[in-house]
Amino acid sequence: MILSMIDATVEYRLNNQSVKALDDVTLAMESGEFLAVVGPSGSGKSTLLQALGGMLSPISGEVFIDGTSLYDLSCDKRAEFRRLRLGFVFQTFNLIGYLTAQQNVQVPMMLNGDSTDDQLKRSEYLLEKVGLADRMLHKPAELSSGQQQRVALARTLANDPHIIFADEPTGALDPETGLQVMSFLNDLNQEGRTIVMVTHDPKAAAMASRCIRLVNGKIESLNQTQANPVKFPAE
Amino acid sequence: MNLLFTIRKEMFERKQQLLTSFLTILLGITAIVSINTITHSSQTAVKQELERLGANVLILPRDATVQSYYAADLESGELPESYVNQLSNSGIHGMDNLSPKLSASMNIQGQSFILTGILPKNEMRSKVFWQGGGTNLFGATEQPSQECLTVDLPLGGSAKPKQRIIDDLEKDQVFIGNEAASILNLSQGSTLELKGQTFTVASVLPSSGTVDDTRIFAHLHKVQELLNKPGTINVIEVVGCCQKIFEGLVPKINALLPLAKVMTIGHVVKTQIRTNQMMEKTSWAFISLIILVGGSGIANYMYSNVNERKKEIGTLMALGAGSGFILKLFFIKALFLGLAGGVGGYITGTALAVFLGPYIANIPVTPLPSLMGLALLISVGIALLATFLPARRAAKVDPCIAFKEI
Ligand SMILES: Nc1ncnc2c1ncn2[C@@H]1O[C@H](COP(=O)(O)OP(=O)(O)O)[C@@H](O)[C@H]1O
Ligand SMILES: [Mg+2]
Repeated sequence: MILSMIDATVEYRLNNQSVKALDDVTLAMESGEFLAVVGPSGSGKSTLLQALGGMLSPISGEVFIDGTSLYDLSCDKRAEFRRLRLGFVFQTFNLIGYLTAQQNVQVPMMLNGDSTDDQLKRSEYLLEKVGLADRMLHKPAELSSGQQQRVALARTLANDPHIIFADEPTGALDPETGLQVMSFLNDLNQEGRTIVMVTHDPKAAAMASRCIRLVNGKIESLNQTQANPVKFPAE
Repeated sequence: MNLLFTIRKEMFERKQQLLTSFLTILLGITAIVSINTITHSSQTAVKQELERLGANVLILPRDATVQSYYAADLESGELPESYVNQLSNSGIHGMDNLSPKLSASMNIQGQSFILTGILPKNEMRSKVFWQGGGTNLFGATEQPSQECLTVDLPLGGSAKPKQRIIDDLEKDQVFIGNEAASILNLSQGSTLELKGQTFTVASVLPSSGTVDDTRIFAHLHKVQELLNKPGTINVIEVVGCCQKIFEGLVPKINALLPLAKVMTIGHVVKTQIRTNQMMEKTSWAFISLIILVGGSGIANYMYSNVNERKKEIGTLMALGAGSGFILKLFFIKALFLGLAGGVGGYITGTALAVFLGPYIANIPVTPLPSLMGLALLISVGIALLATFLPARRAAKVDPCIAFKEI
């Protein structure tokens, strides 16, 4: 077991009103799994992903990755843990606008304190891998959204993470580029990385090895996608 | 790529905002530096003026004027030498130096010179009442008393007044002004005849550019004897502590010595001193205002910078940046702004002062390198302080901001 969440509850407070975004969720993943998280908007998918990724502290419950209890670590130790072992892919790419594609990929290595030489070599290799060798010196604004997401993927891979958390990675892409990004994620899974992906897209979810559906902060059903294709309600 | 590179990239990505906030701090420091530079030069000018005039208080015979004092007009009356003792024993504070003098015009080789009788230092010291300080030939401050150092005028301080104290002067010796020496073709060791008596030139005084250059100085008591006026003087030059002069030194001396007239040469420069004090006060009011405006300018900039970059901060944190990294990201940026503002402000402020000073304050203005430190201190201080709150807020930004679909 590489990742587990035990009885985790997450609450947001807004003007003295608390919203239970995650309600006593328990979940376990084996190494190399590709998990898709589906469910209606506002059901707590992003919240689950953040809590699993060590970015959002649950009010009760625990999250373990590789045997480490994430929320027993200090904030800065948790940041270090994310830097060394976890990768994140965002729906809106979250590239840094004033840096070039290559520099964006260098960021996690810079945070690691790697030498500039290593940073340049690895970022070049990774951008080549996602097919953007000729776009290294472009700023994000000069790239299409599909290209931006591929830069973000390269950035995610900079520190060679064991687990990748992706929140609607194809949500802002047209179907064709979305498919391209999905095939990259699939490759990464084939390489042995564990992937947790939130998605609205049935085709994307179909590529996962397992799918869970979240409703009102609770896991409603667990399915083996291969055996039981998930039904998607019209939203 | 490292932190500094990242900061530089970000700063120059938003040139316009950077420029605006840089300008607020630059203008502020420019104003501070230029005002201080002009004020300081003005004070130096006052000080030099005082030094040029020598004593700042003159005790003259009642009918004398400053003009007659300078012309050594003996007809305008005289004072008893005992006044010196009276003054010294009076317990009036604020008199650093007393120089009794007797001057008279004298014809030598068909030319008119002024013969001035002075008391050398050794004789002043021998008097019981004399404590510390020295009798200065020209009455310039040798070592102002401690309390004088704290007054508005920086007398003493860094600039050393010319040390031209006569330590020893025998009754048959004279000191001779530079110009007089060349006219009379005299040098050290030559002899000079005055009213039938022979004197040796003990020293030729360096040129001072004042009337002193055409004077001949001899021992006071010898001059009294030559002029047949024993126990008489026609001026006591006093180096008064400026603060004490304002606090009523003059009326006190007036009351003590009824036959004398007390004048402050300083009244000429008094207005200048007032101007300086005013400048200094306004400058402090100004500095406070600048700190407020410059500070809020920078604070506003950093604050909105943090807001704009929330998502970037969240992303960096998701990628594993600790709060230390985020704090540095903003503090180093503020440090850059502060340093640039301080150095830039010092340079423009100094340039402004040097070029405008002569028009504003009627004085030549010289750059004041020591202000660089103050400029940097204020500038960096403002920038760091104004960044403290937003930066701390930034480091606390929830990394889940990165997941918001803004
Ligand atoms: N920062 C927040 N503050 C308050 N409420 C929030 C916040 N983020 C999410 N929520 C609420 O928590 C619930 C789950 O949100 P989220 O996990 O983003 O859902 P999903 O990703 O499935 O659309 C929603 O009701 C949402 O309004
Ligand atoms: Mg979401």
